[in-house]
Order: sequence, then C-alpha cells, then structure tokens
Amino acid sequence: MSAVMNDETKKTLIDPLVNNNPITLQVLGICSALAVTSQMSTSLIMAVALTAVTACSSAAISSIRNHIPSSIRIIVQMTIIASLVIVVDQILKAFAYEISKQLSVFVGLIITNCIVMGRAEAYAMKNPPMASFIDGIGNGLGYSLILIIVAFFRELLGSGKLLGIDVFTLTKDGGWYDPNGLMLLPPSAFFIIGIIIWVFRQWKPEQNEAADFKIMAIAHGEGGHH
Amino acid sequence: MPNENKLCKYLGPLCENLDNCEHYQKLKKYWEKVLSLSNDSLQKTVSVALALSFVCAILVSFAAVALRPLQIENKAMDMKKNILDVAGLLQEDTDIHTAFAQQIEAKLVDVATGDYVEGDVVAYDQRKAAKDPELSVALTPNQDIASIKKRAKIAKVYLVKDGETIKSIILPVHGYGLWSTMYGFLALDADGETVQSINFYDQAETPGLGGEVVNPNWRALWQGKKLYDGSGQVALGLAKGVVDTSKPGAEYKVDGLAGATLTSVGVTNLVKYWMGREGFKAYLDKVKTKG
Repeated sequence: MSAVMNDETKKTLIDPLVNNNPITLQVLGICSALAVTSQMSTSLIMAVALTAVTACSSAAISSIRNHIPSSIRIIVQMTIIASLVIVVDQILKAFAYEISKQLSVFVGLIITNCIVMGRAEAYAMKNPPMASFIDGIGNGLGYSLILIIVAFFRELLGSGKLLGIDVFTLTKDGGWYDPNGLMLLPPSAFFIIGIIIWVFRQWKPEQNEAADFKIMAIAHGEGGHH
Repeated sequence: MPNENKLCKYLGPLCENLDNCEHYQKLKKYWEKVLSLSNDSLQKTVSVALALSFVCAILVSFAAVALRPLQIENKAMDMKKNILDVAGLLQEDTDIHTAFAQQIEAKLVDVATGDYVEGDVVAYDQRKAAKDPELSVALTPNQDIASIKKRAKIAKVYLVKDGETIKSIILPVHGYGLWSTMYGFLALDADGETVQSINFYDQAETPGLGGEVVNPNWRALWQGKKLYDGSGQVALGLAKGVVDTSKPGAEYKVDGLAGATLTSVGVTNLVKYWMGREGFKAYLDKVKTKG
C-alpha cells in the first residue's frame, strides 16, 4: 500500500466524523457517551482508549479474516477485542491510575461497546488490515468528537470548569455562575447528543431517515398490496 | 518467507535450533495444513480457536506481568494518599511520601484484645491476612453483619500524632454493599467516639447512586458524628433520606444515599461491625483509658 493518503483512505478516515458518525448517525456507543462525559479529562482518555481498541482490533480481525470459521466468528472477534481491552486497562492502571479509577468499569465495558463490534463485523471482516485500521481510527475519532463536545458542555455548565481549570467562577466561591446540577448527571448527555444530532441533520439533510411508512391517499377502491 | 529470514538474522542460533527441532517442524507442517483447510471444517475451527486463545493469553499475561510493578507502586501511593485524605492532611501540593512519613504512624493491633503487637508494619497486608485461615478468624452468620466472612486477627491502624498526643485514629473498615466489598478508612478523634472523616478507596457500587460513597459532600456529613450511645452500643448509621439536625439523636445519623438503599445498609452494617465488640471496640476503649 502507498504511504500517500489516497482519496479512498481519506474517505474512510474522515467520513465517520460527520457524514457517518457512529454516535449521531449509527446511534452506537451511547452508553459510555452518557457515563464518562461529566469531565473532559475522563472523556479524552476514554476517547483515546476506544480509538486504540477499535483500530487495533479491526486490524487484527481483518488480518485473519480469511481464516475465521464462520461458526465461531463472533467469539473470535470478542476474544481479540477483550484481550486488547484488558491490555488497555492494564496500561491505564500503570500510567494513569487516577483516571483509570474514575473510569472504573467503563474501560472494561469497551468490550461491549457496539462501535468496536460493529466495525469488526461491518468493515474489518471484508477489508484488508490497513484499511480496517484506518476505519477503526476514523470511527474512534467520530466517537471522540461527540464525546468531547458533550464533555465540553457538561463540564463547563455543570461545574464551571474545563479540564479541571476554573472558567466560570461559581457562586459558592463568590463568583457569578450558578452551576447546572443536571449537567453532572448522565441524562444531560441525552439532551446534548440530541441537539448535536439535530444540528448535524440540519447541516446535512441527507442524514434524515426516510419515514418508516407514508399515509397514502387511496386512489382506487382496491388499492395496492402494501 | 523473507520475514522469517530477517528474524533469523537477529535470533541466529535459536532459529537453527528451531529448524533442527523435530517438534517445531511438525507443528509448522500441521499449521500449514490447517491454513489450507476449509474454514468450516471441525479441525480448522478447533485449531483456530486454540491458536487464538494461546496468542491472546500470551498478550494479556505479558501486559499484566510487565506492568504489575508500576501498578503496585501506584496502589501504595494511592493508599498513602487516602490515609492522608481521611486524616485531613491532604492539600493539593502535599508531597505524599514525606507527609506520610512525617505525620502518620502505622501500628499493628490485635483486634480481639485491643493491644498493640510487634511486627513488620510496612509489609503486613491485612487484606491478604483476612484470606489466610492461619491469620484470620471465621465469623459465624450472627457475628458477620458486614458480610465479610473472615476477619484478620491483626489489623493495621494509623495514628496521627502531635508529639505524644494522638490527634486522630484511623481504622481500616470494610463490608459488603450491593455489588462489592467496600474498603475504607474511618478517622476518629482521640476520644475514640467522635468521627472526623470517612473515606472509601475501593468499591464498585453503582456509579452515581451507591458510588456516591466517595462524594466529598456526603463524606463531609460524617464530621462530628458520635459512634456510641449511652450504653456503649454502636448507634451510628445511615438514615433513610435526609437527617433533621434539630431532632435529638441526629448526632448518630448520617444522610442515606439517595437511590442506594442496599449500599446504605452496607455502610451502616460495616460501621456497626467494625466499631462494635467484634471489631475495634476493645482497642478504642484501651486508647481512651490511656488518654
């Protein structure tokens, strides 16, 4: 493969950011997007961890894709993903102990994150390792983008800080900003993700899903068989 | 294969040995045969599963073993930090190792008699001892209100001293919540019954509900609460909902955790157990009489 980024590679990398974002369009990986986004620092680490796992697992699965027996396909994918997640968890515990404590179970839960499995099934099983790696990076970045936007608003509005540094002085410290407690709770991420989806779909109307059914005017007595 | 030759350049004699090794050659031949099989044959399915498990197991164990020293160091550091925190000695710029060495004194206590015992304080691991039948006592269901099954005979307590006078007594406590055994420290005044602070450093309760045992605002509610009622029974526990501080008995009650009944019950039980006759009551009585 050439080192120069061709159009196809670029598309694989950039597409999941907005056009085919795993959270806003595919609506995958919502659970951790709610759980870890109350602070920027945890979101950033989670984003890096998920991107690394998605990219590496896609590449690994893709490199053995021609030898995976179909009857144990899913369990083979899970084994690879789970091993990588354990390695990431061990690395976090060794080098970012505080953050790994805050992320607690959510690092382990990357195993069940639908984005990782979804990319393995949808892309890595059919494409060569390098392309799968790029696809994993792209989707990881798409997830990261939403996570960071959500965490930006939740930390700023919920505790008046960004990355732990005071931005708005809180009223309890004699400032002017009265923090919004809802922003510290997971449901607030629903509202923010909802707003992001709305903005994306206003910007790119082709992302709007077609209605499941249409009410049809009955032209003739017998009608069609729908 | 070109890759193999390149590898051989570095590994040299190892490769030669491998090439000469009969078993290696057999394995190689077998592997080539497996790769050429149809994906859905039984032999290939089993071989791929085995080989994958083997590779993944090596990867995982390598990561676990190679990173363990760093993780242990992190844990020890974190433990010191928790002890300083519960003692109220932790500021943002505190150097943990020096602060711990200067202000905190670790001691071993025989829980049943309440006397100090000699021993290697630094190396003693109470959690490990609790699992060892030699070093622990099994609890009967009646005794075991904190659901911990076994209790180490010897506990590691920490004292904060100002010269000779004790400023705080830090006791290790643990008990079962909803999902997990919660490990923490309870810091008491020298009178052995007024709570200074509580701190859970290892728990896996539901984040946002039971996990709020680590919330600084909730932990601050413990300050100044009393452990024992007039008859010397443990009275301190979590209330259902918010405690009305104007009512009598409020000094024995801390706000329950909203939406986490079982975690709250677990915290009440572990305080009851560890501060009671089965726990540190004997030790605390001795500390009190000595002044």
